[in-house]
Amino acid sequence: MRRVVALQELLGPAALVIAAALVGAIVSTSNQTYFTDALVKVAIVAALYLFIGNSGVLSFGHISFVAVGAWTAGVLSVPVSEKPAIMPNLAHVLRDRTTGNLGSLALAALVGGVCALVVGLPLMRLSGLAAGIATFGVLEITHNLLRYEEKVGPGLNTFSSVPETTTLRQAALGALVVIVVAFAYARSRFGRLLRATREDAAAARAVGASVYRQRLIAFTISGVLAGLAGGLYVHLLPVNTESVYLDLTFITLAMLVVGGATSLWGAVVGALAVSALDSYLAVAENGTSLFGWQIDLPAGTRVIVVGILMALVLILRPSGLTGGREFRLWPRSA
Amino acid sequence: MTLAVLNIDWQTLADATALGAIYALMAVGIGLVFGVLRLVNFAYGQLVMAGAFALALASQWGWPVWAGIVLCFASVLTLSLLMDRLVFRPLRGHSPAVMLVATFAVAFLLQSVALLWFGPLGKIATSLAYLNRPVTVSGVDIRKITIVAVVVAAGCLVALSVLLERTTIGLHMRASSLDFQTARLLGVRANRVIGMAVLLSGALAAVVAVMLTVQTPLVTPDFALRDTIIVLAGVVLGGMNRPIPATLGGFAIGFGTGLLGGSLPTNQSQYIPSFVFGAVILVLLVRPGGLFTRGRAVERV
Repeated sequence: MRRVVALQELLGPAALVIAAALVGAIVSTSNQTYFTDALVKVAIVAALYLFIGNSGVLSFGHISFVAVGAWTAGVLSVPVSEKPAIMPNLAHVLRDRTTGNLGSLALAALVGGVCALVVGLPLMRLSGLAAGIATFGVLEITHNLLRYEEKVGPGLNTFSSVPETTTLRQAALGALVVIVVAFAYARSRFGRLLRATREDAAAARAVGASVYRQRLIAFTISGVLAGLAGGLYVHLLPVNTESVYLDLTFITLAMLVVGGATSLWGAVVGALAVSALDSYLAVAENGTSLFGWQIDLPAGTRVIVVGILMALVLILRPSGLTGGREFRLWPRSA
Repeated sequence: MTLAVLNIDWQTLADATALGAIYALMAVGIGLVFGVLRLVNFAYGQLVMAGAFALALASQWGWPVWAGIVLCFASVLTLSLLMDRLVFRPLRGHSPAVMLVATFAVAFLLQSVALLWFGPLGKIATSLAYLNRPVTVSGVDIRKITIVAVVVAAGCLVALSVLLERTTIGLHMRASSLDFQTARLLGVRANRVIGMAVLLSGALAAVVAVMLTVQTPLVTPDFALRDTIIVLAGVVLGGMNRPIPATLGGFAIGFGTGLLGGSLPTNQSQYIPSFVFGAVILVLLVRPGGLFTRGRAVERV
């Protein structure tokens, strides 16, 4: 019985992802991009949840692992013949090789995880504000290095010529993989211990949990998933250093906060709800009509609306739309 | 006349000092609010940006310089009070991390509002441009703004320390940043102290806006964003909890980046952000309370 109850916590998020993918499959091709993008965002936000939600420690740095994953997958999948045009200063090791789609995604996840482990080794000793600022520093450093280090990527250029293999189906599969991993982690011994340290670090230590080690494990797994999401992202649209920097950090954190940071259900609901709103506003910025009203919003409205929404949720309902609770088909007492 | 070893000339040194002075003011502005609210205001740069747009509009309308500066102060102070009333006050008592995320949202919000009103290309503030002309001091050309920035920053810091050390409200503010609850129990009015801190911090943002627009007359929606990020790093470097260490941290980081940026070749100076944030992370790990403080570490595990 307990296992059945637990499985419904996976059922809700997974069903929502599949539903989004199915709706995406029947809309026009131009609108399909919004759904694919939303599913990649689900993967990023679920990766964020795995660390932030379970540990209660803020991280502004996860988009660096998305960026590193995007760079890995991007560099490895640009056809050899096109590499000199986009990345003239690429290191020799990377210049003569390309991998297939799955290979590039796996390597993106691997590199994301290794980076998270290396960064986490010193940083996981920090909490609260210090952790927020330090992880922000990681984002700044990653952005700065990727921008100017042309041996590992296009530098200031945009990743063009990356095969656009992140279709609706692949994005949905990717999001499902991330969700299943996040679910399994949260149910595991490690997830429980980490949540114990979130609720009461002293008590958790008293029962033998190492706060540092638990956080490091979660940070690394979260980095793997973020790297994978980054790989999906670079295969979706032409990425450059600015598209995996402050704006993406803002929108994904907003998604997590709006949905409810302490549950997987919250992460998925938040990602899809904010994506829906954001995409609708993006369409409206180009002019659309609703119930016969012609709507033509000026550029920039999206961020304003999402920003106000995020501030309102933080003030009025700090635990998010879902209250930070997991999905349940029937109430706990039944 | 050069410091030949480091390949730094006096002009670079003067400009770095001015940048340090401006960053020190921003650091005080961020530190004051952090002292009473335990809130890191990520949206501080957007206050500066608002002031800069006020100056740009005033110069576009052909207003005299003093009227532009008045408009700049009025708009920045109004905006900071609004920010306090609408966002900071409802969030009071939340964890510092939640408040950091909230001000992160406010920063993006204000930046998009500016984008909406003024467009991505921004506006040009020209009314104070004459301050960019150099004067010759013992054979070295120094821009007037450099001298003005250092003098104004020093004046502000002196005025502020007199206020904090010699007046009742200053005493209340210092007490509140040491222990807010106890200060309240002893009769310090929370709203008045916080309001004062927010106002002072806003006034400093307006001063910074004036000086930054002289140096960079093109005002865009992301004006002062990079500066704020670097100053935040400086405040952490110096030590968040106390005003003087925070100021020193702000000055040090402004001076340091100014000096390195002016003396290193581009292919090295482009990596300055990495050095700066690497240093921040190192300090957070080794001395979580900051470089210029003693005792009381930040919470850690």
